[in-house]
Amino acid sequence: MKNAVPIQKLGDVFLVTVQMDLHDQLALALQEQIAEAVAGTDCRGVLLDVSSLAIIDTFVGRLLADTARMVRLLGARLVVVGIRPEVALTLVDLGVSLADVTTARTAERGLEKLGIDLP
Amino acid sequence: MTTRLVELAGTPDVGAARRSAGLVCDEAGLRPLLRTRFLTAVSEVARNAVVHGGGGRILFDVVRRDDRVGVRAMVRDHGPGIRDIPKAMADGYSSTGSMGRGLGGTRRLVDEFILECPPTGGTRVEIVLWAR
Repeated sequence: MKNAVPIQKLGDVFLVTVQMDLHDQLALALQEQIAEAVAGTDCRGVLLDVSSLAIIDTFVGRLLADTARMVRLLGARLVVVGIRPEVALTLVDLGVSLADVTTARTAERGLEKLGIDLP
Repeated sequence: MTTRLVELAGTPDVGAARRSAGLVCDEAGLRPLLRTRFLTAVSEVARNAVVHGGGGRILFDVVRRDDRVGVRAMVRDHGPGIRDIPKAMADGYSSTGSMGRGLGGTRRLVDEFILECPPTGGTRVEIVLWAR
């Protein structure tokens, strides 16, 4: 499951785009990949694009929160980008708050939250 | 009208259950928000069957009652059942130390939620979401 999800480095940040169907094993592999990528560089943060995810359940929600904490422990920051409106509504009813997770609607806003100004 | 059955033996089957649930939503013509709610609820109950129930099976169909159309999922697992159902329904409770079985949250996503532990063993959950 090595490199299960494409990770691109753009200057000071990693851009990770989650694919359509994030099954459990892939989700765990993704977390590990992000940890390795962040630990091996002096990056400022990670943008995790979840706009293609049709659902986020408690498993994936917990994984996002854990990944955000893990990235913070490594001295960088994670921004979850592009949660779909119907997914956001469902998460609220499901009782998954993701209060500790920084989110942004677009990659541009995500970069701003990482303190990176676009040219 | 088709009925779909997915065997739940391991976590990859949770994804298979979501895909079957998606086909049933298409058949019932569920709009995107309701589809997301149903697929999320299915993901929760299917994973519970795998993680807490030692596996099982999940059955999907389109239900028609009066002039309404909806989607239904029925899951049955091979586990020991749930000792304290109100406790398991409470948010944040889990017998395995995870974030909880998600049963309370799952109930909020659907219109009908039935959970029972028959004397013959296992846990049976039935969820229905009506297209509006």
